Amino acid sequence: MIRGLPEEEYFAPGHRACAGCGGALALRHVLKATGKNIVVVQATGCMEVVSSPYPETSWRVPWLHVAFETAAPTASGVARALKTQGKEDVKVVAFGGDGATFDIGFGGISGTFERNENIMYVCNENGAYMNTGMQRSSATPFGASASTMPAGKKIPGKKELKKPVALILAAHNAPYVATASVCDLNDINRKVKKAMAIKGPTYIEINSPCPTGWYCDSAKAIEVARLAMQTRIAPMYEIENGKVTITHDITEPKPVEEYLKAQGRFKHLSPEQIKEIQGQVDKEWAKLKKLQDAGCEL
Amino acid sequence: MAEMVVEASMALALGAKLCRPKVVSMYPITPQTHIVERLADFISNGELDAEMIHAESEHSAMAAMIGAAATGVRTYTATCSQGFALMFELLPIMAGNRLPGVMSVANRALSAPINIWNDHSDAVSARDQGWIQIYCESTQEAIDTTIQLYKVSEDHNVLLPAMVCIDGFTLSHVCERAIVPEQGEVDEFLPAFKPFVTLDPDKPVSIGPISFPNTYMEFKKQQHDAIMGALPIIQKVHDEYAKKFGRAYGNGLIEEYRMKDAERAIIGMGTLCGTGRIAVDELRAKGEKVGMIKLRSLRPFPVKELQKIAKNLKGLSVIDRHVSMGFEGPLCTDVRSALYGSGIEVNGFIAGLGGRDITVDRLQKALLSTKTHKQGEWLL
Repeated sequence: MIRGLPEEEYFAPGHRACAGCGGALALRHVLKATGKNIVVVQATGCMEVVSSPYPETSWRVPWLHVAFETAAPTASGVARALKTQGKEDVKVVAFGGDGATFDIGFGGISGTFERNENIMYVCNENGAYMNTGMQRSSATPFGASASTMPAGKKIPGKKELKKPVALILAAHNAPYVATASVCDLNDINRKVKKAMAIKGPTYIEINSPCPTGWYCDSAKAIEVARLAMQTRIAPMYEIENGKVTITHDITEPKPVEEYLKAQGRFKHLSPEQIKEIQGQVDKEWAKLKKLQDAGCEL
Repeated sequence: MAEMVVEASMALALGAKLCRPKVVSMYPITPQTHIVERLADFISNGELDAEMIHAESEHSAMAAMIGAAATGVRTYTATCSQGFALMFELLPIMAGNRLPGVMSVANRALSAPINIWNDHSDAVSARDQGWIQIYCESTQEAIDTTIQLYKVSEDHNVLLPAMVCIDGFTLSHVCERAIVPEQGEVDEFLPAFKPFVTLDPDKPVSIGPISFPNTYMEFKKQQHDAIMGALPIIQKVHDEYAKKFGRAYGNGLIEEYRMKDAERAIIGMGTLCGTGRIAVDELRAKGEKVGMIKLRSLRPFPVKELQKIAKNLKGLSVIDRHVSMGFEGPLCTDVRSALYGSGIEVNGFIAGLGGRDITVDRLQKALLSTKTHKQGEWLL
């Protein structure tokens, strides 16, 4: 129990997520903020599998799972149907992991945002296809080892940067886009409440540790998530009608090495690679600052 | 009731409109596009009170349809060919979640080579995915079947989605005389949709859970029982419709033409049956005892009804507008299986792929093939 957060639980205990799962924590706290007047549409993935082993369910709100890449378009169908039923007060919340969001379902999300559908999309971002075993996604961080891009003698882990989905969706003229982290549950609560109050497509990307896939101590999952924020690897910001605000200004960032060293997926990194990652993180942070300070609309 | 000369696509749109769908999700593809364009006109003009979802792909159009159906409203979409293939992943999901709804398919060949003309390779390839599939011969039949299939699909003993298949261009773009029923008559025939479950915050349910090996087969068995159980319901709804509107298509599942004393016949689906009637008439005039069987319902397959109609035949030639690569026409396989042990000679012909004309003489060749025990072939 965290002071100030609702006591109601709409994501029931007894689900089958791993110890230290950031995704389950994110779901639970998103639902505390949304309250029960919602319909959840979920993409295939860990969170779908662990929460719905027939005949059990962890969902105390109406829940629909269709396929891996369809959370957003299916949510569109639900939202429009609710509109015809005169139930526009019921918010449709789509959940997907980063594989569902950044890769296979991205076209459907883009279409949903372009159509200005009244849905909130929440991405549980842990940087790989964790349900199928830590395969590379376009959210996998630079340098990380993934099961389909293992760090070897020739290839030193992922060579590409994470796809900037939050910024891309903000560029769809979405009224609200935010990043958040399970290391700050009050902030998730605040951002979800904000998104819930807005009519139109909103997006919240929650950085959440997957101890199984990150090869980190499950007891320290939240610490690792906090390091992602403190090193500026996972910057926390919101974009309201195109205007960027950094919600957690990290004035004295920790070196990225502290975050990287806590996880087995980065254990192969050379000092040069770590330096390169530090350079990328500094550059991205500077870009975000510039966007914020310019005050112009994306 | 309004009698008019109308393009089949427009007629389908009118038929769908009369059923008052609340959510129409769509993505354009030739030759289906005219259907959703007309529905867009109706929605834009305020003649149809529905939400149109302009999906960015057929895959998303079907995903949205599933979402809307699960929320408890009547849904409609249309597609064909590549778009149908793109939707394929979601077809068994809509059926497996036991969600009703109707989709028009303006049947078109699958690429490659890319080809926009008619055959049945799109929908027939999906015959195992749990959707009811009815193939239509005429504009009138397409309207009537659309209205009937909403009633079948939403029956709580069925709860399965249904396809109304019309031949792309060959029917979809043809203008012919048709009677469009009045809204009041359709409202009497087709009551408002009563969903079995809905996504309602006051009564939360979970739809689409993961099922492990200890429960999966029970789900599939129930689903199979439901589509098999749809056979008499399709018939019953067809008969009710015939009584109210005065138009019938055989028994709703299968239709026979000059079969009373026939020794040989062809069986096929869709517009080729129009040509088949002429092929039969001409041979009858020459004294040949021939007839035609028009299959409306490919799934569920009316085994007993086919056995009954075919029982006095010596030979039956199956005209498939699709080939199961590496074997034979899928309809031929179904017919052979249904008539196994009957002693009837069943001959399979592949015809009309990618818009190739199915002519009277080609069908007559197929009709008479069993007389000389000739092998089936490709009617090129």
